[in-house]
Amino acid sequence: MEEFKPTIVSFLCNWCSYTGADLAGTSRMKYAPNIRVIRVMCSGRVDPTFVLTAFKEGADGVLICGCHPGDCHYHEGNYKCLRRYHLLQKYIQQMGIHKDRLRLAWVSASEGKQFAELANEMTETVTALGPCEIKEVMETLA
Amino acid sequence: MSKRITIDPITRLEGHGKVEIFLTDEGDVDNVYFQVPELRGFEKFCEGRPVEELAQIVTKICGVCPGCHHMASGKAADAVYGVEPPPTAKKLRELFYMAHFVHSHIAHFYALAAPDFVVGPTAPAAERNVLGVINKVGVEIGTEVLKQRRIAQEIQALLGGHQTHVVMNIPGGVRKGLTAEQRDDIVEKSKGFIEFSKFSLQVFNDIVLGNETYVDIILNGPYSLKLHSMGMVDENNKVNFYDGKVRVVDVEGNEHCKYSPNEYMDYVEERVEPWSYLKFPFLKKIGWKGFVDGQDSGVYHATPLSRLNAADGMATPLAQVEYDRMYETLGGKPVHATLAMHWARLIELLYSAERALELAEDPEIIGTDLRAPLDNVPNEGVGIVEAQRGTLTHHYWTDEKGIVTKANIVVGTTNNNAAICMSLKKAAQGLIKKGVEVNDGILNMVEMAFRAYDPCFSCATHNQPGKMPLVVNFRNKEGEIIRTASRD
Amino acid sequence: MEVTDKNAKPKIKLAVYWGAACGGCCVSVLDVHESLFDVVAAADLVFWPIALDTKYKDVEAMADQEIDVTLFNGAVRNSENEHLAHLLRQKTKVLVAYGSCAHMGGIPGLGNFSDREGIFERVYDTTETTVNPDKIRPQQETKMKEGILELPEFYNDVRSLDQVVDVDYYLPGCPPQTERLVEVFMAIVTGAELPPKGSVVGALEKSQCDECNRKKTDNKTIKEFHRPIDIQDDGETCFLEQGVICMGPATRGGCGVRCIEGNAPCRGCYGPPADAKDPGAKMMSAIGTMIDSNEEEEIKKIVDQIDDPAGTFYRFSLPGSIIRRKLL
Repeated sequence: MEEFKPTIVSFLCNWCSYTGADLAGTSRMKYAPNIRVIRVMCSGRVDPTFVLTAFKEGADGVLICGCHPGDCHYHEGNYKCLRRYHLLQKYIQQMGIHKDRLRLAWVSASEGKQFAELANEMTETVTALGPCEIKEVMETLA
Repeated sequence: MSKRITIDPITRLEGHGKVEIFLTDEGDVDNVYFQVPELRGFEKFCEGRPVEELAQIVTKICGVCPGCHHMASGKAADAVYGVEPPPTAKKLRELFYMAHFVHSHIAHFYALAAPDFVVGPTAPAAERNVLGVINKVGVEIGTEVLKQRRIAQEIQALLGGHQTHVVMNIPGGVRKGLTAEQRDDIVEKSKGFIEFSKFSLQVFNDIVLGNETYVDIILNGPYSLKLHSMGMVDENNKVNFYDGKVRVVDVEGNEHCKYSPNEYMDYVEERVEPWSYLKFPFLKKIGWKGFVDGQDSGVYHATPLSRLNAADGMATPLAQVEYDRMYETLGGKPVHATLAMHWARLIELLYSAERALELAEDPEIIGTDLRAPLDNVPNEGVGIVEAQRGTLTHHYWTDEKGIVTKANIVVGTTNNNAAICMSLKKAAQGLIKKGVEVNDGILNMVEMAFRAYDPCFSCATHNQPGKMPLVVNFRNKEGEIIRTASRD
Repeated sequence: MEVTDKNAKPKIKLAVYWGAACGGCCVSVLDVHESLFDVVAAADLVFWPIALDTKYKDVEAMADQEIDVTLFNGAVRNSENEHLAHLLRQKTKVLVAYGSCAHMGGIPGLGNFSDREGIFERVYDTTETTVNPDKIRPQQETKMKEGILELPEFYNDVRSLDQVVDVDYYLPGCPPQTERLVEVFMAIVTGAELPPKGSVVGALEKSQCDECNRKKTDNKTIKEFHRPIDIQDDGETCFLEQGVICMGPATRGGCGVRCIEGNAPCRGCYGPPADAKDPGAKMMSAIGTMIDSNEEEEIKKIVDQIDDPAGTFYRFSLPGSIIRRKLL
């Protein structure tokens, strides 16, 4: 049987967390390749539809990273993201999606090591959970 | 070899349904099955919803009697919180409810019932609709029916916000009150309802009761079932749609039981058949004896006629006079003639109109105390009302936050499921026999057995083409059609 | 009752059919009240089980596209609903998904929190008045001594109409406000130019808030959410500003704010506005903006005060939303 390799869609904000992830890369830090990065200008740009569409399209996990509180390039964006995140958490759990499949973390531009650790940790968690079957369930009717 | 007649779908009622009539070799009716092919699962998906939201979810069980579900739900939610709404709130609810009955009973009589009587059960199909009724009784009536129905809907919208899927109830009371001007307007409109109800009874009296053939069909046609009758009564044992206890009388008219909402599970049970999605309630203390009628059968019905049978009278004067007259004419209480349900319905119409006026003239109706505080931890509660087509029960369980954990609902028409099966069978057996040509008139008279129970939908449609296209296929046991009788 | 006029246009053939429905949409058609005369002058009703005796066989016998307009209300819950959706698509020129259920699944769509066995178990086994020791379930075929009785298959999932057939227009609402139906009907009958296929008709482009008469400020900030039972609604102020969830911002206008007129917060039956595909996502975004806190613990506490987000934000639209059913 093939070992399960999760797909984790990751929204990283341009100013802090994307730069931090980039740093991990340029520093040659090894981290799980399961993270599929999508760069957004701000974590506040992450609309709930992005997260839900990711799960619908087959993501096993969704990771959102933004600037630390107080450091947002657009002042309030990460706070909006934080509030939406908690609402999304409550909602996806009602829909049978495990809470550990969705995660929000603050990563600064200098936190390359922390990003790598975060990526590995999340990959390990989602691997243990197994594939997210919501896409399959939605495609199989009757 | 079993021949078979299928009616699919049955029409001119709310909901999906079909009838399978099996014939013996001789051409008599062997058996009849009434199947309901639909289910949505409200008893499941109400779980997890805050209990106060249910009053707005359960109205979608039925778009014709949403007010009934709204009231039962509101009362159940009150019971969950152990709270009694203030008098003004209760009266506003009951006033809304009377308007709801007025709109439904008027529309049912004129659009669905009247054609069979006013025009005639075997009259040409093209005339057997509301247009035919209007031809007989006059054009003004059609406009008046639409107008009275509109007025009743407007009162519902005024009190309940949304005119169909009403939103007025909240645990502890209602969300909106009445101003003095609005009340004055409703007083006038209620008087109009009373006049129209009296007129409708006059129509029934002149055209139906004045015709010996119809009276014969009512009393001696194959439409009688001796069953227990269920209906809600007030503390004087008079008919009440909104509040009271549920009373059941046996086929002789003696009280079988009288229960308050919390006790319903001691008296009613439901069984399941594999050929229908709709369950079959029966009286628990008697037990299920099969699709049979009689004193020893657990099958009962809950219809306008059942309500009048189960009560000792009507709570308003004009309706009481009509109540006495009906029983005198039909030979005493209880009445088992299925078609008398139409008469009972008109008596209820008059009662609803009178009661609406009573409530509108009550000084408390414009009171401002609309909600009682919720001081108790929510738990469990039952709400029962009379829907136009039968006793309606909503039972909710919640957690300590008032989020629903379970729901059990026994719906008006559901009470009558077994009775409808039996009425259809009896009518078919009486009408379809060896040597009888199964034609349009015969098939309509079979349908009349169903129609008397008041299909859920009240339709004041104007454009019934008068055609009742029906194809009857006689099949041999290989399924091949050996003969076809049809009408366009 | 027919108006005979030599210059009269030929009547359009109109059908109204229901899937998993409640009848409220049919009532909304009747609520034209006295204008029924005008409707009937312009249209021949050819199929409407609640009101006419046309049978399925008669529809099958019609030519393709013989029906000009079909108002299909109700969701697709079972095989009979699906079959009729396909049949009516074939026989109809303009197929309208009429009402919330056909549009996005409606209230029956809440069944997608469960599945066939979950619903059957509650309805036929565990309900407190049901006595069913042999665990009888409705069957697609039951052999009786007289013959075989058939029932449609009950699917695990509820679907909206466009998840089954190609839909020409959507007319939302639970039920659609009758005035909107009349406007659309008159547009069709008078031969006005219709919007592009796939459009939502009979509803405003903007949200409920645009129509709503309640007092609102420009800046909504919420420190605490309340259930309607927890507050004494003042009858005038925006529900959200009183801390009560109202789906207004995420719902199209057009109903005349009828629930709000009854002092109840909107629950979203008209579906999402033009700029949002998923009503719940739109509402979550809106609420995210309104929550007046930047402290995680406080935010968690405030979010926790929203009971049942899935059942509130997707009350009428679960099958039509992005995550259209629960993973069981």
